[in-house]
Amino acid sequence: MQIARETLLRSYRAMRTIRMFEERLHVEFATGEIPGFVHLYCGEEASAVGVCANLTDNDTIASTHRGHGHCIAKGVEVAGMMAEIYGRSTGVCRGKGGSMHIADLACGMLGANGIVGGGPPLICGAALSHKTLRDGGVAVAFYGDGASNEGTTLESLNLASVWQLPAVFVVEDNGYGEATAASFACAGTQKDRAAGFGMPYIECDGSDYFAVHEAAGEAIAHARAGKGPVMLHVHLQRWYGHFEGDAMTYRAPNEVAEAKRDHDCLKLFRERVTQAGLFEDSVLDEVDAAVTDEIEAAVLQAKDDPLPQSADLLADVYVRY
Amino acid sequence: MSKKSFRQAINEALRQEMRRDPTVILMGEDVAGGRGGSAGTPDAWGGVLGVTKGLYEEFGETRVLDTPITEASYIGAAAGAAVTGLRPVAELMFVDFVGCCLDQIMNQAAKFRYMFGGKARTPLVIRAMYGAGFNAAAQHSQALYPLFTHIPGLKVVIPSSPYEAKGLLISAIRDDDPVIFLENKVMYDVEEEVPDEPYAIPFGEANLTREGDDVTIVAFGRMVGMANEAADRLAKKGIGCTVIDPRTTSPLDSETILDCVADTGRLVIVDESSPRCNMATDIAALVAEEAFDTLRAPIRRVVPPHTPVPFATVLETLYMPSVEKIEAAVTATMNHRVTEKV
Amino acid sequence: MTPDITPITMPKFGLAMTEGKIAGWLVEPGTQVTAGEELVDIETSKITNTFESPVAGLLRRHVAANGEMLPVGALIGIVADAAVADADIDAFITRFQADFAAASDQPDGAEAADEPVMMQVGAHSLRVHDRGAGDGTPLVLIHGFGGDLKNWMLNHAALAHGRRVIAFDLPGHGGSSKDVGPGTLAFFADVTAQLLAHLDLSRVHVMGHSLGGGIALTLARTQPALVASLTLIAPAGLGPQINMDFINGFIEADRVRGVQDVLKYLVHDKALIGRRMADDVLRYKRLDGAEAALRKVAEACFPGGKQGDDLRPVLAAADMPATLIWGQADEILPVAQADGLPGSVTRHILPAIGHMPQLESATAVNEVVEAFIGHEVATA
Repeated sequence: MQIARETLLRSYRAMRTIRMFEERLHVEFATGEIPGFVHLYCGEEASAVGVCANLTDNDTIASTHRGHGHCIAKGVEVAGMMAEIYGRSTGVCRGKGGSMHIADLACGMLGANGIVGGGPPLICGAALSHKTLRDGGVAVAFYGDGASNEGTTLESLNLASVWQLPAVFVVEDNGYGEATAASFACAGTQKDRAAGFGMPYIECDGSDYFAVHEAAGEAIAHARAGKGPVMLHVHLQRWYGHFEGDAMTYRAPNEVAEAKRDHDCLKLFRERVTQAGLFEDSVLDEVDAAVTDEIEAAVLQAKDDPLPQSADLLADVYVRY
Repeated sequence: MSKKSFRQAINEALRQEMRRDPTVILMGEDVAGGRGGSAGTPDAWGGVLGVTKGLYEEFGETRVLDTPITEASYIGAAAGAAVTGLRPVAELMFVDFVGCCLDQIMNQAAKFRYMFGGKARTPLVIRAMYGAGFNAAAQHSQALYPLFTHIPGLKVVIPSSPYEAKGLLISAIRDDDPVIFLENKVMYDVEEEVPDEPYAIPFGEANLTREGDDVTIVAFGRMVGMANEAADRLAKKGIGCTVIDPRTTSPLDSETILDCVADTGRLVIVDESSPRCNMATDIAALVAEEAFDTLRAPIRRVVPPHTPVPFATVLETLYMPSVEKIEAAVTATMNHRVTEKV
Repeated sequence: MTPDITPITMPKFGLAMTEGKIAGWLVEPGTQVTAGEELVDIETSKITNTFESPVAGLLRRHVAANGEMLPVGALIGIVADAAVADADIDAFITRFQADFAAASDQPDGAEAADEPVMMQVGAHSLRVHDRGAGDGTPLVLIHGFGGDLKNWMLNHAALAHGRRVIAFDLPGHGGSSKDVGPGTLAFFADVTAQLLAHLDLSRVHVMGHSLGGGIALTLARTQPALVASLTLIAPAGLGPQINMDFINGFIEADRVRGVQDVLKYLVHDKALIGRRMADDVLRYKRLDGAEAALRKVAEACFPGGKQGDDLRPVLAAADMPATLIWGQADEILPVAQADGLPGSVTRHILPAIGHMPQLESATAVNEVVEAFIGHEVATA
């Protein structure tokens, strides 16, 4: 499958942005300046970006508690996200949501979600809107191997099939639901679960942007053509803990090191495009530098931005009350 | 204007709003009823108690969607559809089933707007039956409106008559916030004059169904009719009651309640929901805090005991508030004599 | 109970069923049935179900006929052995019915029909309340802006002696349809004429209040032959001034308190404006299209915050007798607009009364009207 140069460069930039955003949060969180808690997406960048490269603003996604990557991949503004995580009034949610509730409906981002398995039912609804309004859109639920065991997810697979919705269910399988391994917690296989609901199933290596892009492209095209929902199973590695501060004592010491060495989606992407002669290293270096500046500026701005006012406490509970 | 049952009034509100706005859709278990059955009658039921009968016929399968029996996924889908351009009216059948989908209501739909910094609109209506009186026992008889009232972001509507049901449901459908619309299942065949035209009754404004000088009675849903009857009986004994139907528990028209209590000095609250942390306690707290000095007698609550709803008729009758219990409470508050503290 | 006789009663299908209709018997009397055999189709408000015989035996009677609507538990048929005498079955039915009636104790509520009815008049659906009978020239009552036929609740029955008195809701008002066309006095006068034609009335006394007075005057101009006399209560059209705070406030108010506040402009004794009155107004104002209709009428009749129609010349030129009633304390249309009219128009200025004398001083108004049109009838 031929991917436009422009798309490739945009995807590289998105993946690099996610990586730097998360790594910077990892550092900043440790200083105690960031309130609440954050769940980092490092290592999984190719999944969000490979899927979203097949989507437009007209399409809808729902995310998870580990949502920064999906937000950036879907086009949510980085400075606004950073300000949100710092609890500033300039944040995309005006400091009312924080890391776990970043949403931007204008670009089809239905929100990160603090409830495991919260997204799939919502995506059935978004897909129903696309179908009913005939706007050609597709709705994509990202959820983890942990959420794949939630009743809401299984009910949603059924409902999407029964209603033949333009929906794609992306299982981001990083092998752990919090501290418990998927090998312990997930009975059977994702493939059999899809088959159980009469749903096509595609799997791919989540560290390979090209593989994700192609598999997601196929799944999304199927859904967009009105042929019903698809499950896309993406195999991933999570580089940081479930949340910041998790020392990952449940993982063998070399597991993450090997993932970083052998399955770094950015490294693999760079190797592939430079070896194929698509891009000079210098072009990608320029992107890296630009992203570094962008993240630095976002952090400085967020730290400097105003805090919410006391009146904000009562605002926006209702449209009208 | 013609006589319409509670059921017809709700059906008419749905039909008229679906005609007016093509983004209004209906979904729920058996809202058409009969899809895929061997009889080939896709709208055999029209809702388990026939409330949505005929809507499938008029609006078809893209607007009237039967769901599998999976409350979590379709209530969540209704929430998702609401933030992406539709105005879903989802039927939860019995409100007791909220246990299967509370997350979608409480953590998702109710909180989108606040969590997302005011950027979301969630024009979602969830209709459900509530209430005892039908021998439907513990899992099909609860009056769970306090549960929803507790959750910021939700609006909660309890119509007390066919006229109220139509106007409040139309308001609910036109509202841009998630609304829980609770229908007392015992009332579906109650009839009264209801305008044929669409009309919208605003939320947060109580209705006074009786006016009297001695006692204020606040009652919800089906209890309003009982309170009216009690008030009529008491009027013959020379006791004047004001009966307040708040119409919505969220928002709550506390101003009208406080005004009426200021006028009468006595308050009886009739609430068929379980007695702890219910509307009666909520209103009692409001009045105690805001209008303590106007009270001439202790506040009385006519509420069920703290038990599940029983099955046997004799027990269910004991459980429920009744006209007689309301009369007794009003009489007791009238008989209260303030004793000076020494 | 007689063991040989089994009553077949209206079954209860599902939780909510309270009554059912005999949609059709499937078995004729005299037929032997088995338990579980389909006996009768029962239709409820939601569904038609087939009721199966609970017992085996001979179906002796259809107690309820096809099409009958009966409460759950009511007797619909009898199964009994052939040996049971007809007389015993009759006795059983009588006893059953008496017990059942006593248990259900439902009052039979056939009500008198002195109620407003809906009438299709041209393109409009009008709510019309036609009361009284007799030889007297009928009287038509035309309410004002934002009002309805209930504005005449203290006058309508009182005047309906020896003649028909017809009150109706103008288009855009009360229970009538909401299309107000251009919203002008001429439009409403035309609808009034159409209603009179529909009722086959060629000559009527016309009483109009406020905007309705302006409509009455307009009708007197356009269709003078229809109008036997004019009773004008604080009518529109006799001066430019009008209280636009009331007009705009009335259009905008959507809550009881707001409505009560604006309604207070209408009367001198503010205590008259109770909550129920505001509730009634809101029942109308909530209807889809009501607010838009009121806006249209206000724009057409009160452009720039002034009354647009000058109807003084009509009154000056009118052939029919006319009388005028006005509250001295009118806060909507100032009583000074009653000045400078032809001497033939009798004036009744009521002290300490506001814009709605027919409500606030009903007895006095009824006496004036009775004397005025009673006299006209006598001399006709």
